[in-house]
Amino acid sequence: MEYSDKVMEHFINPRNVGEIPDADGIGEVGNPKCGDMMKIYLKIEDNIIKDVKFKTFGCGAAIASSSMATELIKGKTLEEAWNLTNKAVAEALGGLPAVKMHCSVLAEEAIHKAINDYRIKNGLEPWEDRFSNSEHDHHE
Amino acid sequence: MEKRFVYMDHAATTYVKPEVLEAMMPYFTENFGNPSSVYTFSRKSKKAIEEAREKVAKALNALPDEIFFTGGGSEADNWAIKGVAFANRDKGNHIITTKIEHHAVLHACEYLEKIGFEITYLDVDEYGMVNIDELKKAITDRTILITIMFANNEIGTIQPIAEIGKIARERGIIFHTDAVQAVGNVKIDVKEMNIDLLSLAAHKFYGPKGVGALYIRKGVKIDNLIHGGGQEKGKRAGTENLPGIVGLGKAIELATQDIDGHNERIKKLRDRLLNGIMEKIPYTRLNGHPEKRLPGNINVSFKFIEGESLLLLLDQFGICASTGSACSSGSLDPSHVLLAIGLPHEIAHGSLRLTLGDLNTEEDVDYVLSVLPNIVQRLREMSPLYEKFIKGEI
Ligand SMILES: Cc1ncc(COP(=O)(O)O)c(C=O)c1O
Ligand code: FES
Repeated sequence: MEYSDKVMEHFINPRNVGEIPDADGIGEVGNPKCGDMMKIYLKIEDNIIKDVKFKTFGCGAAIASSSMATELIKGKTLEEAWNLTNKAVAEALGGLPAVKMHCSVLAEEAIHKAINDYRIKNGLEPWEDRFSNSEHDHHE
Repeated sequence: MEKRFVYMDHAATTYVKPEVLEAMMPYFTENFGNPSSVYTFSRKSKKAIEEAREKVAKALNALPDEIFFTGGGSEADNWAIKGVAFANRDKGNHIITTKIEHHAVLHACEYLEKIGFEITYLDVDEYGMVNIDELKKAITDRTILITIMFANNEIGTIQPIAEIGKIARERGIIFHTDAVQAVGNVKIDVKEMNIDLLSLAAHKFYGPKGVGALYIRKGVKIDNLIHGGGQEKGKRAGTENLPGIVGLGKAIELATQDIDGHNERIKKLRDRLLNGIMEKIPYTRLNGHPEKRLPGNINVSFKFIEGESLLLLLDQFGICASTGSACSSGSLDPSHVLLAIGLPHEIAHGSLRLTLGDLNTEEDVDYVLSVLPNIVQRLREMSPLYEKFIKGEI
């Protein structure tokens, strides 16, 4: 498996690893059975992501994608964060091997889930995403 | 500890020993004649191949006439399985194998299944051992071949080959064993063990890559796989890999001259490493058989982490190892061997295989022990599964 320097750099020094005890939104996706699982914690103030932390069980690409995705949404509005695609994460990492693209989907999904967790907790309608009833059913 | 290069993936392949390379060299440069040619110059080539054949025969207690050189382990496996299946079709179409074979065997069997053969894939127990009673029960009067590996490449489990050979011989069924991982690590006697066909590959015992052999007991009915010229008594066509075959001969001679001594040395290092791992890293399980395993093999699963990321971090410290995680193979499922011994997917994903060999030293072992626990802990601290476990949620 040949990873880009950027992937390796984020894998070896992942940013934003950890938990936020009083998080405003938490999203957990994936399934250890499939070999990948990600949990994301958001601290939100005035519709802005003030802080973000993650934990990931998975390959190098999964960990690097989690790290990059959290970097990309920090300080952004919820709308901006929602619109971050796995493709954009992969691009920011200088590309991912084709068989590893699915690992970057995890980060996008986890962010969506955390944002909706926040929305529901605050009495708002959850947003619809492209994963609602599609490809990732196997994650249960 | 200072960073060092530690190769612990000898089950994947080995380096070529200097004595082996030295034996091969003249057959690249001076004695390059085609063994099939008539002139005097080529006789040296022919002679070198026959000497290598004798060395392989001696290592297995076979006759030189029963050794056929191939382009590696996969070719030997394919030849044995397809060759026997096609040549014995009139007797039956049933083949027995196991769920933990190398893909060279499994995929050859799956191919035969597609064209009308029936294959029984025997289960193994939690240690990767075949159950002899199940094997006996699987035999029918249409069974033409039993193919069971001598030792497993992932978990190192060694099968009761002599017992299986006896059963096959009594029932008049051809018995093939993939001994690619066993040669040099286990004493092999094809006569005593009633083995009809045996595959081996030089690059697993300090010989060159891309050369192997198939032992075919005299009298076994087998079709050719590679058709063409008359090399290898007309059974395996193609101008011989002369330096490779010479290297195979030298390597097997070296690898089998002191199996006990080699095992004792490697096992001592292996056990030092294994005990250290089990002591220093909690939530770890050993995969494979506690005793009946290859001397250099360690296969462990670290709970809550994934194998590919583990390998990448080990690589940062100069350590070469392997894993049965799905993430490293690019497929959706982890190793078929780890699933066959009953591991849940997430435990199989966290597997690490370290295979020790002749170059490894106590310093290597201590270096790995100084690096590995921290790496595992680092990944665990990043793992949502570990978090759940610590919080008592799973
Ligand atoms: C048990 C076993 N069988 C077959 C093979 C295939 O051998 P080769 O790579 O020489 O074709 C290997 C090694 O890769 C092996 O470990
Ligand atoms: S997490 Fe399994 S391939 Fe990336």
